[in-house]
Amino acid sequence: MKIALTAQGPHWDSAMDPRFGRTPYILIYDEDTDELTAIDNRAVDNEAHGAGPLTARKLLDAAPQVLITGNGPGGNAAAVVATAEIAIYVGAGNMTAKEAYAAYKDGKLEKM
Amino acid sequence: MKIAIASGKGGTGKTTVAVNLASYLAETRPVVLVDLDVEEPNSGLFLGAEATDGRDTFKMIPAWESTTCSHCGQCQEVCNFHAIIALPDQVMIFPELCHSCYACSELCPTSSLPMQPVKMGRMSWLSAGNLSFVESRLDIGQEQAVPLIKQTLAFVDERHAAVPIRIYDCPPGTSCPVIEATREADFVVLVTEPTPFGLNDLKLAVETMRHLDKKFGVVVNRQGLGDDRVEAYCAAEGIPLLARIPNDRRIAESYARGQRIYEHFPVVRRQLAAIMDAIKEAAS
Amino acid sequence: MKEIVVISGKGGTGKTSLTAALSWLAGADIVVADCDVDAADMHLLLQPDFARAEDFHGGQVALIDQDVCTACGACAEVCRFDAITPGNDFYAVDPISCEGCGYCPRVCPTEAIVMEDRLSGQWFVSRIRTGATMVHARLGIGAENSGKLVAKVKNEAKRIAAEQGKEFILVDGSPGVGCPVVSSLSGADFVVLVTEPTVSGLHDLQRVHELVARFRIRCGCIINKADLNLEVTAAIGEFLTANNIVALTELPYDEAFTRAMVAGRTIVEENDGPLALQLKDCWEKIKQTA
Repeated sequence: MKIALTAQGPHWDSAMDPRFGRTPYILIYDEDTDELTAIDNRAVDNEAHGAGPLTARKLLDAAPQVLITGNGPGGNAAAVVATAEIAIYVGAGNMTAKEAYAAYKDGKLEKM
Repeated sequence: MKIAIASGKGGTGKTTVAVNLASYLAETRPVVLVDLDVEEPNSGLFLGAEATDGRDTFKMIPAWESTTCSHCGQCQEVCNFHAIIALPDQVMIFPELCHSCYACSELCPTSSLPMQPVKMGRMSWLSAGNLSFVESRLDIGQEQAVPLIKQTLAFVDERHAAVPIRIYDCPPGTSCPVIEATREADFVVLVTEPTPFGLNDLKLAVETMRHLDKKFGVVVNRQGLGDDRVEAYCAAEGIPLLARIPNDRRIAESYARGQRIYEHFPVVRRQLAAIMDAIKEAAS
Repeated sequence: MKEIVVISGKGGTGKTSLTAALSWLAGADIVVADCDVDAADMHLLLQPDFARAEDFHGGQVALIDQDVCTACGACAEVCRFDAITPGNDFYAVDPISCEGCGYCPRVCPTEAIVMEDRLSGQWFVSRIRTGATMVHARLGIGAENSGKLVAKVKNEAKRIAAEQGKEFILVDGSPGVGCPVVSSLSGADFVVLVTEPTVSGLHDLQRVHELVARFRIRCGCIINKADLNLEVTAAIGEFLTANNIVALTELPYDEAFTRAMVAGRTIVEENDGPLALQLKDCWEKIKQTA
């Protein structure tokens, strides 16, 4: 399974970003190969509007099965994410990426 | 004559001045009051009458034709507002982000994005004796006030061409919606409070009006509340001070109940007359 | 770190005065972020020192190179915003009307048009009188607040709060119900709604609460000038109960707010009576619920 996380930095120890559209990084963890990669999304900071759909488009390219984030994608981003079968887990805004993944594994996050 | 009532920020009494001035003028002649504060239109609440007639307003956005689309992805690339996302097997469009620039539609190599109307808000109107009222309201989640303001002004041009006086209740601030709302006005009334906040916001509004080369004057609302720095500023800058509406708790209560305050406070009626005299003199 | 956002829907409810008062009560425990950039007034009460200033660009604007333009008119033909003025030798762009859509450079046969980033204002990092850091911004003429600018101000505030180990970020949110408010709310832990009991106050509260509810963020409400219209205040109270919104406090209409503003101070510095006590309780309540 591939797990996506919205984070403020590119590492497991990075703090999660509660926002979806304007998250600086999307971390992709591949459970099968135990590999963590980071998608740099910092350029979204230059977009006055429409950050949500743009980030969602990037997420879809990575083709994860699960997304872990804070508030959850807003309306537009949610519509893009909904075109793929991605389970969204929210409430991980105040954790590190590592803690967020553990919380997801323990079934402690709310599924949207 | 088109008179725009504006203010650097919300809550200074802009709507109060617009509604009272329009109602006062309508005692003796036909007037149209137009609420262009389309994100939070409140004039109608203070008129105490429900606008019963109305129609939905639309903006043009692209609609995706799946049968002819070649999935080249150019539409996503040309859209500066990220209102189009081209996925491998479908194109998604976000109406509230779209600025109706037509670029994606007209540049699409297979003409698969024809422009179609989509609802963005509602315009409503009523007429009671001399006073006609038009208001527009943006649907929640819609972000572009400017197209709706344009359409509302065009509607008023068409329907109320013969009415000699128009009062525009403008959106607050100094950004694009205000510029659109004041563009055609003959005179702009800037409403402010005699406080440091009021002065700070007034200065921004004055800068904007000067930039647009507009004739304008200032109404001080809640006179006596704060200090005299607004008056000193107007005097130093040579800005006409049109009127002063006194600070009075009873006026605030009357406002809170949604009353037309000039009907209860003669002092307000005199100030409204003073505003009109000053505008006529300044505009001629 | 918790992010507390104060919003009000319409202007004039006293949101900025109250946010400044809460900032004062919180002292050095917080970082303040002023996202009400359309009418940024909080600096008048907190007196930031504008220690660091940076330009801010938002959106784009088209620019026609007069030497390359052949006055063919293709740009004006495609422009839906009447932003291009024809001329005999060359065409020109009215930057106020230009929406920055980028269509005209795509149809210009001589490549005379470029899209430039629009300078829309400045943002600042300051120290305020309490010793806390404040991040704030100022817009240029005709410039519009945007989700981007709000995100920038909040991000900087967050970064500093993390660096300084602060417990809270207090955000003066944007007015209205558009994109800047959405960006103000995004990532918030608790929202404080400020309203007043006028016919428009309740109406605007409902509209803005609709937005907050969509983000599923916990919220509380301060009814300011509550004694101006007891009937509407009661109606607001019912609305709060029905929607599970924490009733934080009801403040009286008091000209002490204006006296404090004139003195360039917050209400809690000016007043040590019941009003200040109420606000103190209110801040404690906010901290606990957040």
